[in-house]
Amino acid sequence: MARNATKQDENTREVKKTVTLIRLFGYLLTYKLKILAVLLIMVITTAITIYNPLLIERAINVHIKAGDTKSLISLCVLGVILNIIMVMLIKLRMYIMATISNEVLVTIRQELYEHIQKLGFKFFDNRPTGKILARIMGDVNSLKDVLTNSVTTLIPDAITIITVVIVMMLKDWRLGLAALWSLPVMILGIMWDQSRAHAGWQLFRKKNSNLNAFIHEDVAGIRVIQSFGAEEETQETFDELVEEHNGSFIKACMYSDLFGPIIDICWAAGLIAMYYVGIRIVGAESVAVGTLVAFGTYIGMFWQPVMNLSNYYNQMVTNVAGAERIFEIMDAEPEIVDKDGAEDLMSIRGEVEFDNVSFDYDDADDKTDGRDDAGELDSQTKANEASSDNSARKNTVALNRGVQSVYGNGRTMCKVLNNVSFKVAAGETIALVGPTGAGKTTVVNLIARFYDICAGRLLIDGKDIRDITVDSLRSKMGIMTQDNFLFTGTVRDNIRYGRLDATDEEIEAAAKAVSAHEFITKLENGYDTEIKERGAGLSAGQRQLIAFARTMVSNPSILILDEATSSIDTHTEQLVQQGIESLLKGRTSFVIAHRLSTIRNADRIFVVDKGGIVESGSPAELMAKKGEYYKLYMAQKREEEF
Amino acid sequence: MKKVSYYLKKYWYCYLLAGAALVIYEALDMVSPQVTKMIIDDVIMGGQLDKLSFALLLLLVIGVGRVFLGYIREFTFDKTSFRIASDIRKHLFAHIQSLSVNFFDKTNTGEIMARLKDDVDHVQAAFGFIGMLIIQVVVHTSLILYCMFNISWKLSMFPIVAMPLCAILAIIMERKLDKVYEEISEENASMNTVAEENLAGVRTVKAFAREKFEIGKFLKHNRHYYDLNMKQSKLWIKYNPIFQLIGRLLTVLSLLFGGILVINGELTLGELGAFTEYTMNAIWPMEMLGWLSNELASAFASKKKIDKIYSEKPMICDKGLSAAAESDMKTESGNETESNMKTETGNETEPNIKTEIGNETESDMKTKARNDRIAGAVSFEHVSLSIDDKEILKDISFDLPAGKTLGIMGATGSGKTSIVNMLLRFYDATEGSVKLDGKDVRELPVALVRKSTAAVMQDVFLFSDTISENIRLGGKKTGAESTKIKKKEFKPGKLSKEEKKMLKTYNPDDETERLLVRNGAKSSDEDREMIQSALEAACAADFIGKLEEKTETVIGERGVGLSGGQKQRISMARAFAKKAPILVLDDSTSALDMETEKAVQKNLNEMGDLTKIIIAHRISSVQRADEIIVLDEGRVLERGTHEELMALKGYYYRTYELQMGA
Repeated sequence: MARNATKQDENTREVKKTVTLIRLFGYLLTYKLKILAVLLIMVITTAITIYNPLLIERAINVHIKAGDTKSLISLCVLGVILNIIMVMLIKLRMYIMATISNEVLVTIRQELYEHIQKLGFKFFDNRPTGKILARIMGDVNSLKDVLTNSVTTLIPDAITIITVVIVMMLKDWRLGLAALWSLPVMILGIMWDQSRAHAGWQLFRKKNSNLNAFIHEDVAGIRVIQSFGAEEETQETFDELVEEHNGSFIKACMYSDLFGPIIDICWAAGLIAMYYVGIRIVGAESVAVGTLVAFGTYIGMFWQPVMNLSNYYNQMVTNVAGAERIFEIMDAEPEIVDKDGAEDLMSIRGEVEFDNVSFDYDDADDKTDGRDDAGELDSQTKANEASSDNSARKNTVALNRGVQSVYGNGRTMCKVLNNVSFKVAAGETIALVGPTGAGKTTVVNLIARFYDICAGRLLIDGKDIRDITVDSLRSKMGIMTQDNFLFTGTVRDNIRYGRLDATDEEIEAAAKAVSAHEFITKLENGYDTEIKERGAGLSAGQRQLIAFARTMVSNPSILILDEATSSIDTHTEQLVQQGIESLLKGRTSFVIAHRLSTIRNADRIFVVDKGGIVESGSPAELMAKKGEYYKLYMAQKREEEF
Repeated sequence: MKKVSYYLKKYWYCYLLAGAALVIYEALDMVSPQVTKMIIDDVIMGGQLDKLSFALLLLLVIGVGRVFLGYIREFTFDKTSFRIASDIRKHLFAHIQSLSVNFFDKTNTGEIMARLKDDVDHVQAAFGFIGMLIIQVVVHTSLILYCMFNISWKLSMFPIVAMPLCAILAIIMERKLDKVYEEISEENASMNTVAEENLAGVRTVKAFAREKFEIGKFLKHNRHYYDLNMKQSKLWIKYNPIFQLIGRLLTVLSLLFGGILVINGELTLGELGAFTEYTMNAIWPMEMLGWLSNELASAFASKKKIDKIYSEKPMICDKGLSAAAESDMKTESGNETESNMKTETGNETEPNIKTEIGNETESDMKTKARNDRIAGAVSFEHVSLSIDDKEILKDISFDLPAGKTLGIMGATGSGKTSIVNMLLRFYDATEGSVKLDGKDVRELPVALVRKSTAAVMQDVFLFSDTISENIRLGGKKTGAESTKIKKKEFKPGKLSKEEKKMLKTYNPDDETERLLVRNGAKSSDEDREMIQSALEAACAADFIGKLEEKTETVIGERGVGLSGGQKQRISMARAFAKKAPILVLDDSTSALDMETEKAVQKNLNEMGDLTKIIIAHRISSVQRADEIIVLDEGRVLERGTHEELMALKGYYYRTYELQMGA
C-alpha cells in the first residue's frame, strides 16, 4: 500500500548539463579575485610538490653519492622551509575556498527560498512538501563539494597532470612514454565503468528517496495504520523497499568499487614499463638511479590527480542533477506578480466587485480534467432563469450575461466560475452557500488573489485587483482557510503571526473575542505553551480557535471565513459570533459555511452552484422567494427536526 | 539495536574474507618498496641484470594481486555493511511501528526519519568503509613500521615519534569538530523545520502576506548555518594542514639523516630509496586519523540514538507481551546474560530475545486475533484518562449493546476524540475499564480490538496512493489477494522508457516484481465491488466517477488535490470497507454540505447491524442515536435519548435551539 505516489520518480526537464554547470559556476564569478588568489596559491604549492622529488633526486644523486653532508643539510633546510611555506599557503587556500563555497551555498539557498515564496498555489498543489524541501536542504548542500572541487581539483589537477607529463618528457622522453603507456587503457576502462556506476547510483538515489517518502508517510499516518491494523502490510512494503534499496546499492557498488582497481593496475603497468625501459632499453648506466626513483614518484604524482579528476567527474555528474532541480524551481514563473506601477494600498474601505469574472484552475496549462463539462449548459440555463426574476435585489447581481458573451470574447469557457458578476458594498456581510465543490472557496480565493482570474475584472474599492500590490492587498484582508496551519512556537507567537507588532494585550483581546482565551489559559503555560508539530496535542476545534484569533488580530478590512468554525461546537461558535460581531462592524466579510445557522446574520446570501451565483438576497428575501436557498434551508430544518 | 558483536557474528565469514583480503593487500603494498630497493641495489648498482625480469614479474604479480584483493575487500565491506544496515532498518521500523501513539505525539516526524535513515547510514559506515579504513590504517602502520625497522631502527625513530603526535592531534581535533557538527546538525534540523512549516503552511503564509517575514526568518537560520559551517571549516583548517606538515617534514628529515647514514656507510642507497618510499606511504594514515575518529564517533552517537528508540516500549501491547517486555528490559541491564542469550538464539533468523512465555503468548494472541470475532457491544465502566498528568476524561460510563448507536456531543476539547482513542486502544484507561463484548480490552489482543473498530478520524489522513489502494487499507484481506492477481496481469507496454532502460540494464527481479504490481493494476471483480460499494455508501462514488482515472487516481501527499469534504468521504469509505462490527465517526461529516451529509446519514442508518458511535456538533447527526451523551471537560454532562435531552432543557436543548435558529 501507499507506495505508488511515493515511488513515482520526479520528472525533471531536460537541460544540457553544460548549461546547468555554466549557470552554477556563474555564482563563483562574484568571487573572481579570491578565486584568482586561490589559483595563484595552487600554482605555487603545485610547484613545490613537483619540486619535492627533484629535491630527493638531487640529494641522492649528487650529495649523498658524493658524501657531501653540508650541501645535503642545506638542501634539506631548503626543503623544510619550502614545505612550511607550502602548508601555510594551503591553509590560506582552504580558508578562502571555505568562505567562497559556504557563501555561494547561502546565496543559492536564500535565492531559492525567496523565489519559492513568490510562487503561487498551483506550484504547491502539484508537489509534495518533502520534495520541495529536499531541494532547499539536500540539493543545495550537495553542491558544496562540486563548487569547492571545481576550483581546487579541476584546475590544479589538470595543471599538475600537464606539468608532470612535461617534466617527465623533458627529463627523459623514453621513460616518460613507458610510464604513460597505460593511460589510454585506463581511460577506456574508466569510461566503461563510470557509465555503469553512474546509472547504478542514479537508481540507488531513486530507491533512497522512495524509502524516505515511505517512512515519512508511514510515520505521519501511523494512527490510521494502527487503527486499521495494517502494520504487517506496511512492514512488508517497507521490507520490500529496503531490499530494493539494498539491491540497488550493491549493484552500484559492484561497478563503483572497480574504479580504484582499474587505476591501480594501470599505475602498476606504467611503473613496470618504466623500470623495464629504463634498465633494459636505455641502459642502467645512462639512467641515473636518482632519476629512476624520481620517476617512480612522478608516476604517483601523475596518477593521483587522474584519480581525483575521475572522482570529480563522477561527483559532478551526480550533483549537477541537484543543481538542475534547483534551477528548475528558480525558473518556475510566479503566477501572481505585481504589475509595474502597481499601487500600494494604505487602507481599503472594502468594496468588492466581480465584473464578468470567469476562472478555471487549469486554464493556464489548458489541461482538461475530470470536472463536469455537461454541467456547463445546465448552469447557464439555471442562471438565466434565476436572473429573470431578480427584481428584489438591492445591488446588481448580474449573472451570466448570456451565452453570447462567453463565446464572444474568444476565450475558452472557464469551468469553475463562469461570468460571475456581483457588487458588495463596504461593511456588508456576505454568506456563500452551496454544495461541496460548487466554487465557494474559489470566489474567496480570487478576492485574495491566490489565483488570477482568466476573464473579466475584479475590483476592490473600484480598483482593479491587478493594479494593487499583492502584499498590500492581502495584508488588509483576514483570510481563514479550511486548513489552519499552526507553526511550532508559542500560542502567543502563533496569534501574533496575524500582526507582527500586536501587543500582548491585543493578542489576548483577540483570543477573548473568539472565545479562545479560556482554554488557552488552561493550557500548561497559558499563552506561552509551545505548540508541537502541526498543532498536535490540541483538538481540531482548539486549533481552529487559535487560527481564528490570529485572523482577528490582523485587524482586517475584508474578512474571509472559509468554514472557519466547522470543528467548533455550536455553543462556542455562538460565543465566537457574538465576540466578533463588534469587530466585524464596518468590515466587509465573506463567510462560507454549511451550517445555515452560522450564516443567518448575513446581510446577503449568495447561493453558489455550477460555476455561478444562482440566487442572492437577504435571508428573508430568499426565504420568501422559495428558491434554492429555501430548499436548502427546509431540507436542513427537516433533517434536524427529524 | 542489537549488539555490534551480533552482526559481526552473523556475517563473520564476510568479514573474515574482507579482512584477509585487506591484510594480504597491505602486505603486497609493503613488498613493493622492497622490489624497488632490489631494482636499485641489485640490478642497477650491482649490475645483476638477470634479476630484472624477476623483479618486474614480482611487481606485476603485486599489481594484479592488489587489484583483485582491493576489489574483494571494498566490495565485501560495502555489501556486508549495507546488508547489516538493511537488517537494522527493518528491525527498527518494526519496533517503531509497534510503539504507541504517545511516542508519536512527542516525537517529530523528522526525528524518526533521521533515526531510520541518517543514523542507520552512520552505523552502516562504521560497519563498512570506516571500519575497513580503520583496520587498514592499523595494519598498514604496523607493517610499515616493521619494514622501516628492518631497514634502519635509527631512522624509524622519526615516524615512531611522529605517529603518536598525529594521533593525539587527531583526537583533539575530533573532539572540537564533534561539538561543531552537533551544532550544525541541530541548526540543520531547525532550518529544516522552518522551511517545512513554511511549505506545509503556505496557505497561511500567503493569506497573511507574510512572505517577507518568512524570508527573514529563514535568512536568520541560513546565516547561522553559514557561521557554523565556517566555524567547522576554520577548525579543520587549523588542524588538518598540521598532518600534512608532519608528513612532509618526515620525508625531508629521513632523507637528511638517511643521507648521513648512507654517507657513513650504515645504509645503502637502495635502502634509503625504499625508506623514503615507506615514509611517504606512512603519511596518509596519519592524515586520515582525524577524519576517521570523527566518523567513528558519529557512528557511536547514532547508535546511541537508535538504542534510545529501542528503549521506548510500547505502552499498549498484548497482555502476555507486556510482561515479556518488562523481563526483556531486566535482562538488558545484565549485559552478560543478554549477549549470552543472543549467541544461543541462532544466527540465521532474527534472534528472539523474548522469553518463551512471551513467544507463546504472542502466537496465541495472534491466532486469537485472527479467529475471534467481536459482536460489537461496547461499554465504558467508570473510565478516567490522564495524559501527562492532565485529566482528559473523568468517570465516563456508558453501555452500548451490539447494533445500537451512541451519539457524543460536547464543547471543543471536552474529550470526545479521547473516547475513540481509547476504543482503538491508542491509550489505556487510567482508571476503570473499557469493555468489548463484556471483556476488558486490555485482556484482548490489540489486533483483535483494532480489527473490531473502524474509525473515521477527525484529522483525515490519506496516503499518496490510488483511491482504491487507500480503501483497500480497510478491506485488507481482499487487498492482499488482489495483489497476487495483479502480479500476474503484467503489461509491459505500460513501462516508461526510462524504466525499460533500467530494467534492461539491471534486471533485478524485485524491480520487475514491483513494476508488475504497479502497472498491472487490474483488480478482481470482488475487490472492485467491495471498493465501489464502500464509495457509494460514503457518497464518494459520484465525484470519483468524474475523475479521469476513477478509483485509480493517485491522490497527493496528505490527500492534497481534494477538497476537505472529498477527503472526508474517502476516509469514510475506507472505514466502511473495513467491515468491522463497530463503526466510529469522529466529526467526519463536518466539511460536507447538507445534502451530501443527509445522504450519508441515510446510508448509515441502513447499516443497522453495526454498533455505531457518532461524534458530531450537529444535532441532526446524533438525534437518532439510542443514547446521546454530552461531554463537558471530560465528564458526562447530560445523557439520554433525543427526547429526554430535549425535555431536560440543558446544553443539548440550547444547542438545538441555536442550530434550528428559533
